[in-house]
Amino acid sequence: MTGPGTAARPVLTIDNLVAGYGGGDVLRGVHLDVAEGGITCVVGPNGAGKSTLMAAISGLLRPRLGSIMLAGENLAGRSPRQILRLGVVHVPQNHSLFRDMTVTENIELGGYTLADRATRARRMAAVFEVFPQIAGWARQKAGSLSGGQQRLVEFARALMLEPRLLLLDEPSMGLAPRVLRDVFGAIRQMNQAGTTILLVEQNARAGLRLSSHGVVMENGQVRLSGSGREVLENPEIGALYLGGAV
Amino acid sequence: MMGTVTRQRIAAALALAVLAGAAVTFPLVFSSPATTNYGVYALIFVTAVSAWNVFSGFSGYISLGQAVFFGSGAYAVGIAARDWHVSGVAVFGLLPLGAAVGAAIAVPFGLVALRVRRHTFIVITIAVFFIFQLMAYNLSSFTGGSVGVSAPFLPWTATTFNERFYYIALACAVVMIVIAAGVRRSRFGLQLRAIRDDEDRARGLGVHAMRVKLAAFALSAAVTGLVGGVWFLYLTQVQPPSGFDPLFDLSVVLMAFFGGVGTISGPVLGALIIEPAQLYLTATYTNGYISEIMLGALFLAVVLFMPRGIIPTAGEWITRLRTRGRPAVPAAAAAAAPQSAGKAAAGDTA
Repeated sequence: MTGPGTAARPVLTIDNLVAGYGGGDVLRGVHLDVAEGGITCVVGPNGAGKSTLMAAISGLLRPRLGSIMLAGENLAGRSPRQILRLGVVHVPQNHSLFRDMTVTENIELGGYTLADRATRARRMAAVFEVFPQIAGWARQKAGSLSGGQQRLVEFARALMLEPRLLLLDEPSMGLAPRVLRDVFGAIRQMNQAGTTILLVEQNARAGLRLSSHGVVMENGQVRLSGSGREVLENPEIGALYLGGAV
Repeated sequence: MMGTVTRQRIAAALALAVLAGAAVTFPLVFSSPATTNYGVYALIFVTAVSAWNVFSGFSGYISLGQAVFFGSGAYAVGIAARDWHVSGVAVFGLLPLGAAVGAAIAVPFGLVALRVRRHTFIVITIAVFFIFQLMAYNLSSFTGGSVGVSAPFLPWTATTFNERFYYIALACAVVMIVIAAGVRRSRFGLQLRAIRDDEDRARGLGVHAMRVKLAAFALSAAVTGLVGGVWFLYLTQVQPPSGFDPLFDLSVVLMAFFGGVGTISGPVLGALIIEPAQLYLTATYTNGYISEIMLGALFLAVVLFMPRGIIPTAGEWITRLRTRGRPAVPAAAAAAAPQSAGKAAAGDTA
């Protein structure tokens, strides 16, 4: 596995990104590359700015300074809808399905911006190919699914746009350990199907093990980056963020 | 499983055919004008409540200002007939004007009101309603003030008058129900329901929330304006308190809640039950407030005992009866289903 930005072409390049809420800055000059075709996992203690980074990339938070380049296009200052159209899909931390709609309707809404019916149908079929288990719940209301199942449907919905970059913000949050395996398995499935993923994960060990690249954030800056294994095995990082040597 | 679905579809088609037959033959069987009057009003409300439901029921934005469009449609048809000297059955040609006026009012109304949500939206719709009622009173050179506007004379006998209006109202109701069913199944309807469930999430998926809400609001207003025109021609006159009647809004909302907000058949059922009941109470009891008191009591009863309305509650009861005694199918079992089965089902879904 190569280090970030060394071999695989970066699909996203963040340079000197400054962003925050109210008067304060949460991100204080972030530099980061997300390699195409890989999984880049961002870890760090609470308050490091991981979720803020996701919000800034997806347009939910307007950066104060810096650039977020997606294949030559600067995302900074664009609306969430414009960023979505450019192929960046954000799966937020909290469950985001429409509870009173069926699973199929939820997934259909993922392809809302696709005008062509045939394309939507083709994408839907492709999504069910990646997650065949979802077909069993297709007609159930999303609100009746378990937390892990809802996560899979959220992933499926995100895939409807064939994203160039998929942002997953703490997908393991609130899930039982047994379910976590399925969720991480699903992330691997999506990546194997060709989706580039930027993952923010509290469960740092599991996240880094899954990822080709790892990034450690601290106080709104990137403290360390490297391959997932390098970051996982770094003794200093292990002691600081992963609860001791790995 | 397929057998059950086919049986359900056949039963639904049969029920629909029976209902359609009953609706078409109603004025032939009950030809008394007093009875057909009930039918005309009930069908006018079926249309108005279904139109309200297409916007409020699907989007979750509860409007208490539908009377704005109803009254404006009535006044538009009346004023146009008066000023353009339209007489006889040609006056029905003005009904699209009622729809156009309703939609034209809905656009600026919606651009302001749809920026806010929930209670604030409701309050704004009520405020706009009173503005229109006051305008109807005060722009007397245009609206006739408290005297109102009268409809041109239609050369029909008492029996044929009601019968023809019955079929006109039935046509409006059928078209509106078809529109509502179409919207419910369309991408447009999906977007509206996404807005109802969580507007911010819908925006996050790229839904143009304002555009979608405004389109639904204008569609609902157009149909309400048109049926307001029908109501005006049937009643032959409109005054500010009857055209812009707060009870109209309350009745529409109650009928929709009673039958089941957000469903297709709920508003229809609600209107078919409540409007004739209201007319009957008003005609039977000389104290005009009895029907309003009972309407209020019914509203409370619905909120307390059937907050989701008749249709959704009945659906739950039927499902409960059908599944009684059967073991619950755990969702995890579906999750663990073999992948091949999943793939087969995926084809159906796509």
